[in-house]
Amino acid sequence: MSLTKDHAALAQVFNNDEERVDWHDETLWFVRAKRDRASHGIPDWELLRETASRIKHNVLSNMHNYLVQFEENALANGIKVHWAADAAEHNAIVLSILKEKGIERMVKSKSMLTEECHLNDFLQDNGVEVIDSDLGERIVQLAKEPPSHIVLPCIHKKKEEIGDIFHEHLGTAAGESDPQILTETARQHLREIFLTRRAALTGVNFAIAETGEFVVCTNEGNADMGAHLADVHIASMGFEKLIPQRKHLSVFLRLLTRSATGQPITTYSSHFKKPRPGQQMHIIIVDNGRSIQLSREDFRNSLKCIRCGACMNTCPVYRRSGGHSYHTAVAGPIGSILAPNLDMEKYADLPFASTLCGSCTNVCPVKIDIHDQLYKWRQVIVKNGYSTKTKTAMMKGMTLALSSPAIFNLSGKAGRLALKFIPFAVNNGLNPWYKQRDMPTPPEGSFTDWYKKNRKGGKP
Amino acid sequence: MKVGLFVPCYINQFYPKVAIDTLELLEKLGLEVGYPLNQTCCGQPMANSGYEHLTGSTNELFTQNFAGYDYIVSPSGSCTLHIKDHLHSDRYPAESKNIRSRIYELTEFLTDIIKVDNIKASFPHRVGLHQSCHGQRGLKLAQMTELTAPAFSKPEQLLKMVEGIELVPLTRADECCGFGGTFCVAEEAVSVKMGKDRVADHIKNNAEYITAADMSCLMHMEGILKRQKSPVKVVHIAEILNAAMV
Repeated sequence: MSLTKDHAALAQVFNNDEERVDWHDETLWFVRAKRDRASHGIPDWELLRETASRIKHNVLSNMHNYLVQFEENALANGIKVHWAADAAEHNAIVLSILKEKGIERMVKSKSMLTEECHLNDFLQDNGVEVIDSDLGERIVQLAKEPPSHIVLPCIHKKKEEIGDIFHEHLGTAAGESDPQILTETARQHLREIFLTRRAALTGVNFAIAETGEFVVCTNEGNADMGAHLADVHIASMGFEKLIPQRKHLSVFLRLLTRSATGQPITTYSSHFKKPRPGQQMHIIIVDNGRSIQLSREDFRNSLKCIRCGACMNTCPVYRRSGGHSYHTAVAGPIGSILAPNLDMEKYADLPFASTLCGSCTNVCPVKIDIHDQLYKWRQVIVKNGYSTKTKTAMMKGMTLALSSPAIFNLSGKAGRLALKFIPFAVNNGLNPWYKQRDMPTPPEGSFTDWYKKNRKGGKP
Repeated sequence: MKVGLFVPCYINQFYPKVAIDTLELLEKLGLEVGYPLNQTCCGQPMANSGYEHLTGSTNELFTQNFAGYDYIVSPSGSCTLHIKDHLHSDRYPAESKNIRSRIYELTEFLTDIIKVDNIKASFPHRVGLHQSCHGQRGLKLAQMTELTAPAFSKPEQLLKMVEGIELVPLTRADECCGFGGTFCVAEEAVSVKMGKDRVADHIKNNAEYITAADMSCLMHMEGILKRQKSPVKVVHIAEILNAAMV
């Protein structure tokens, strides 16, 4: 097993501060409630979800054709297209583009793909400075932390903590936590960055095969500020970001932000089709495990994800364990079905960080069967040997007891085997059930005992 | 109509009264109810832990026990869902398939198959209804707050027939309680926090009892309530529907 702490251990640390857990839970529940109001206001909401799911199904089934079509059209538009098999190749391509232009400082808007590829660390190690321009990402970058949420990267930080970070790095007054003042400070700070950086990297929300253009959605306009002021615009995309036609945006743009934050639409949904005169525009199309996931029949639908984060906001486990407890770039339910594909051993714990309540599946705007995939990953992980010997022994013992009516029905309070094999009833001082919960009071006899005494059919 | 009563392992061992009330309730409706004495467990504890491959023997046992009944009824949404989704038998494939389509959770059996329109029961208390996830989102016993769709609730429909009962509204209508099978011990911290929050919602809204169609959720919440020395009690929906008239 890996040396890093697993989700349960990290979540336990997060739960040491119950007040913070309550605050984190309420903050994200507020977003979930906004999402409910926004989606319930659209009578066709369920039809929209179904339509989006089917469009993505078509994309996943015809990926090879759409990728070729997209590349052709993008090239014709004057965009340079690069293909990256994995994270290392993606990072090397970014560096080579910057080196060719002699650029050592870059501004970057939100891109979870670059988090997945650990681009910032790589560029830093190669002498390139990267500034994240999304406000939330800039905050966690200054705090030297990874984002804890794909849409709300610093949702785990209270405004007072952000005030402290800004005091240290951006010179605001000590103890200043007024959101208006902090935001204005960040605005002035980032303005200087936008005006001086010659290269800008953005993510991609949708890449349109029919036109070779791509769409970037932000609320802050930071992708636009970066890209329009830079000589070089690099856009990084996982290949699953494709949609066939521009008209399909009418489905996805209605779903994306309603699901994400409860807004009707992102403030900026910007189309990038070709470089302006004198500018270079690059697209890096990244695989990094996606074709393997596409080949896994049970898990392929995870590639429909449009990164709205609704499954995180609704997840009762995510809300009470925090994004960092998932120790991966994309946290929460969707991250837990994506990550094992990248490294099954390292992320063997994640599919178990769920009660399988199914709320994630219900909010997913592209109808990914997230909780079913969590269940299926559990089977795959155990079959591949990434379970503990203790757990396997316990499961085998439980199976033995439950496979034999004679053992199961041993009567008498002390003799009842189920009391020993049902996990919450393990009768020793280390039983985690008992730490904060009382045990059920064992009754005089089982139902089977009662039935044998009280009903005719029960007489042997 | 021959009905087979499936009693989940932990109800059999820890909460026999829930099974007795389920049986009596079905008998009161004039149904012929059989209880196969060799039944043990649906296999879900292993399957949800990633060991579905170990459930062959419990599957065979379940199939042998319940083949031949017109309906199989269980006072657990979660165990019912597991059988519906995962029961298969190499020895009796047709029988196991038949069971999958004929197994019902108690409340949906009463509303959809028996179509009961009155229940002679009395429970003069303020009750919070916990929507257990597998019953609600898996078996669709009630509408889910995530969806844009008309409201309904099979457990609530039945509870409203009970004399004297007052159902209290909850701030979060269908949030998970955090039991989650082995999750309850593997992820102890989050499981307990979820349970505490769920219980607090009922208490805040002045419930005297928390009820549900799944005893596992209630067992988890009962453990928390008892530790808190709370006067609030848990009661399975079958116990309410079979409560004597005052």
